[in-house]
Amino acid sequence: MDFPILSFITFLPVLGLLVILLLPKENHRNIRGVAVAVTLVQFIFAIFLWAGFDPSLAGINAESGMQFVERMQWITIPKTPWFGEIRIEYFMGVDGLSMPMVLLTTLIVVVASLASFSVKKNLKGYFAMFLLLDAAMIGVFCSLDFFLFYIFWELMLLPMYFLIGIWGGPRREYAAIKFFIYTLLGSVFILLVMIGLYFSTTDPSTGFHTFNMIAMMDPANVASDSIFGGIATTARHLAFIALFIGFAIKVPIFPFHTWLPDAHVEAPTAISVILAGVLLKMGTYGLMRISLPMFPDSMLYFQLPIIILGFINIVYGALVAMAQTDFKKMIAYSSISHMGYVMIGLAALNPQGMNGAIFQMFNHGTITAMLFILVGVLYDRAHTRKMSDFGGIYNKMPVYSFFTVIAFFAAIGLPGLSGFVSEAFCFLGAFHTNIFWASLSTLGIVLGAGYMLWAFQRVFMGTLPERWEGLKDISVREILSLAPLAVVVVVLGVQPGIAFNWFSNSMNHLVEVVTSSARVAGLM
Amino acid sequence: MNEIIQSSLSLLWPELILTVTFVLTLFSQFVFRKAPMRTGYVALSGFVLAFLLLGTQSGSDASVFGVMLAVDPFAVFFKYLIIISGILVLGFSLQSEEIRNNAEHAGEYFAFIVSMTLGMFLMVGASNLLMMYLSIELVSLSSYVLSGYLRNVERSNEAALKYVIFGAVSSGLMLYGISLIYGLTGALDIYSIREVLATGAVMPGSWAYATLVAAVILIIGGFGYKMSVVPFHYWTPDVYEGAPITITAYLSVASKAAGFAITIRFFKVAFLNTISANGTWEILAGMNWELIIAVLSVLTMTLGNLVALWQDNLKRMLAYSSIAHAGYMLMGLVVATDNGIAAIMVYFVMYLIMNLGAFYVVMVVAQKTGSEDIDDYRGLAYRAPWVAGAMAIFLVSLTGLPPTAGFIGKLWIFAAVLSKPGFVWLAIIGVINSVISLYYYARVFRNMYLRQGDEGETRTIHFGSRTIAGSLIFAVPTIVFGLYFGPILEWAKNSVTLFLR
Repeated sequence: MDFPILSFITFLPVLGLLVILLLPKENHRNIRGVAVAVTLVQFIFAIFLWAGFDPSLAGINAESGMQFVERMQWITIPKTPWFGEIRIEYFMGVDGLSMPMVLLTTLIVVVASLASFSVKKNLKGYFAMFLLLDAAMIGVFCSLDFFLFYIFWELMLLPMYFLIGIWGGPRREYAAIKFFIYTLLGSVFILLVMIGLYFSTTDPSTGFHTFNMIAMMDPANVASDSIFGGIATTARHLAFIALFIGFAIKVPIFPFHTWLPDAHVEAPTAISVILAGVLLKMGTYGLMRISLPMFPDSMLYFQLPIIILGFINIVYGALVAMAQTDFKKMIAYSSISHMGYVMIGLAALNPQGMNGAIFQMFNHGTITAMLFILVGVLYDRAHTRKMSDFGGIYNKMPVYSFFTVIAFFAAIGLPGLSGFVSEAFCFLGAFHTNIFWASLSTLGIVLGAGYMLWAFQRVFMGTLPERWEGLKDISVREILSLAPLAVVVVVLGVQPGIAFNWFSNSMNHLVEVVTSSARVAGLM
Repeated sequence: MNEIIQSSLSLLWPELILTVTFVLTLFSQFVFRKAPMRTGYVALSGFVLAFLLLGTQSGSDASVFGVMLAVDPFAVFFKYLIIISGILVLGFSLQSEEIRNNAEHAGEYFAFIVSMTLGMFLMVGASNLLMMYLSIELVSLSSYVLSGYLRNVERSNEAALKYVIFGAVSSGLMLYGISLIYGLTGALDIYSIREVLATGAVMPGSWAYATLVAAVILIIGGFGYKMSVVPFHYWTPDVYEGAPITITAYLSVASKAAGFAITIRFFKVAFLNTISANGTWEILAGMNWELIIAVLSVLTMTLGNLVALWQDNLKRMLAYSSIAHAGYMLMGLVVATDNGIAAIMVYFVMYLIMNLGAFYVVMVVAQKTGSEDIDDYRGLAYRAPWVAGAMAIFLVSLTGLPPTAGFIGKLWIFAAVLSKPGFVWLAIIGVINSVISLYYYARVFRNMYLRQGDEGETRTIHFGSRTIAGSLIFAVPTIVFGLYFGPILEWAKNSVTLFLR
């Protein structure tokens, strides 16, 4: 058997967690060291994974296209007359959809662990929770068994609750429980659909029900008299809505977004970085991995509403961002706006849009992570995030401002930086599908440039208030956490082909899966 | 006659042992006059022996003393649950300061735990309405005494009194229901009742049908009281809060399990006709009791969860949470296929571990801090990390989040409900309820982890290694069964067989 690299990447943080638990509480240096080392090793292995990854295989609904597959029986209950054999598998694998996400997660986690150095309180607990969250995130992206997916999915909640609740800002308790309840509400709906899918799907190789996601994607495996049998039935539409709510809360899609600003503002910097960089992608990843291939008929049925929701996210997020005085809150709302691009690209259901969507997911991860680190850097020094308190920082902190310029312009979508390419592709796709809502959505770009530049002007231009005379420029550690992200943003902006190469086969295939099964059903 | 008795008794070793243990425990207090807590070890050895001898019953699918008492895999499964929680509760009791400080009557205390256990053993097998009534009474009378054990504590007295009054009312209702059924069918054993119903003697629209509905509702009153199902739950919070915590723990797990077992047997045997091998069934006499149960289930979990939100006393909160859990488990009874019943059984295994664990932590913490208030749990994680960590695991499990045992329990319950057409709404109410429950469980771990205790209350609380080991006995399986639950599921699946004449 080959080296189980996916399990290694997933469970390495758990190992690190155990090591940290054994270290004495006061030994901050070693605790930090272990955390950084673990995330670095994880990242290096993710690069090995990438190097060994064959982008020509599409994956999605083809088991043969899944790479680095690990498959083991986990729970097996022999058959009884009244209940078929129960089989739950430990089934991991990556394709062009999950590969970029794994790479993104490991990168963001390294950066976040470096950004966690400003945490002082109860460091041991902090990094224990941090690493548990890390493991759960990678697990979600690698699982191909719905049951396994769900376990990892829910496993993210508790560490996140503690990370916000213990190490967060003044209103941390409120933000933490709001996050917890919102996301749990979303995931219980996913749970119900998961059970329904289990009873509807029969694994052709065993003849029993299965949690295997790939089997669930093949309509031939879904019995026509089961709850999700048939095409475009009410039950299927309801299931799609339930899944959509579950994933939309994570993205977050308007009107399920209200937890996000609270969570972001209260969370410590590194956790905001993870939240924006990885956790928000879980929602759109879930849509791509589960909703689209399993319910293509419903996806088509709800295509227009989803595009409209994407439009609302873009414009509403941008407008609210513009009204913010708090630097971090502005970026939180800009995240909502930018995730709207992913939504319209995804809902366009054509290759341009779908490629744009996943690329935007990746780019948003890196760009927003930069933005949150930048805010954190400023907050660590000034202990305020109010934009009107600042001015003229540019001359005082030139290196800091250099990174800010990259991040801001990437977020605005300046050509030459990665954000431009992915936004352009999302719009290309959307225009192709629905020119009306797509044109309205372009308003978001203008608004985005508006609030970003305005914020830049308020914080970096003008005269420096006297109280900030003593501000120090960015430290080497902070540069280390920003530089890799900046490099990725620039490189992928200049040469986006590298990225498209990873995922375009899978994404095109995903579009093909959705549209072809819809065409068979006569819906297109 | 002698032969019947002999052959019957040979199948009843555990029950016989418990009877003997009861007598021995009672008398042993005269031996251990100086150290009355030692009577607990007499009871404990009796329990362990009964546990071991349960093996003699496994695999049998029979009925003893005519059709009084079924000894079938279903009953044995629940007997295992009861005896295991009994052994654990005896372990709690030996560590409990509440009991130690009132040790002069410890012999009676332990003897009544034994008699209560014996009653529950009879309950899970009872297949004659009178046997059902008598066994329920045996359990009830023992638990009345036990919940009033702390005779110097007003709350404990109040608990016992309330328990007696509510108990008397519901057993009266039940007895009336039994008499109506007897009048209607001329039979007391559930097998004969089934035969009469199967003839179609009682059909919707007739007076007989209305009487049957009334009788069933009255009997549900008696069972529901044991399961603490709304609207028969009124005693639960007061008794749970007032009784010694060991008894609360026992009532919340074992007594509830016995209540579910007897209810399942009653409905499944008397009212259902299995029509195919995959467990599909039809309701005899057209009585739509599944809807009644579904409504009760919704009321029970919703009320339990909503009221739990407002509790400040942890014991009382756990009482309401146990009401809510009864509601989740009732969902499995609505389905009543083998599938649904197996789901209830799996749930009970998980519930036993996490709920007893939670009560154990409440007990040991109260012994150190003298308080069961949720507010006094502030900063506990920093004062007693092991115990608080175990508590957090139990609370997460009670909420039903993976990777814990509670999630697996809920998963199979929901799976069972969704496999039955027309009850998707019930599953949706169920999951929304578990989201509500997160709020009050999270309150406890918020206090433990997110807040700090008042000035002067930041000292480390030292728990002995025995206490830490005690909480790990529950915490470790809570995680392990959340990740590897195959054997439990299999055990439950193999144990759904009910004896049918």
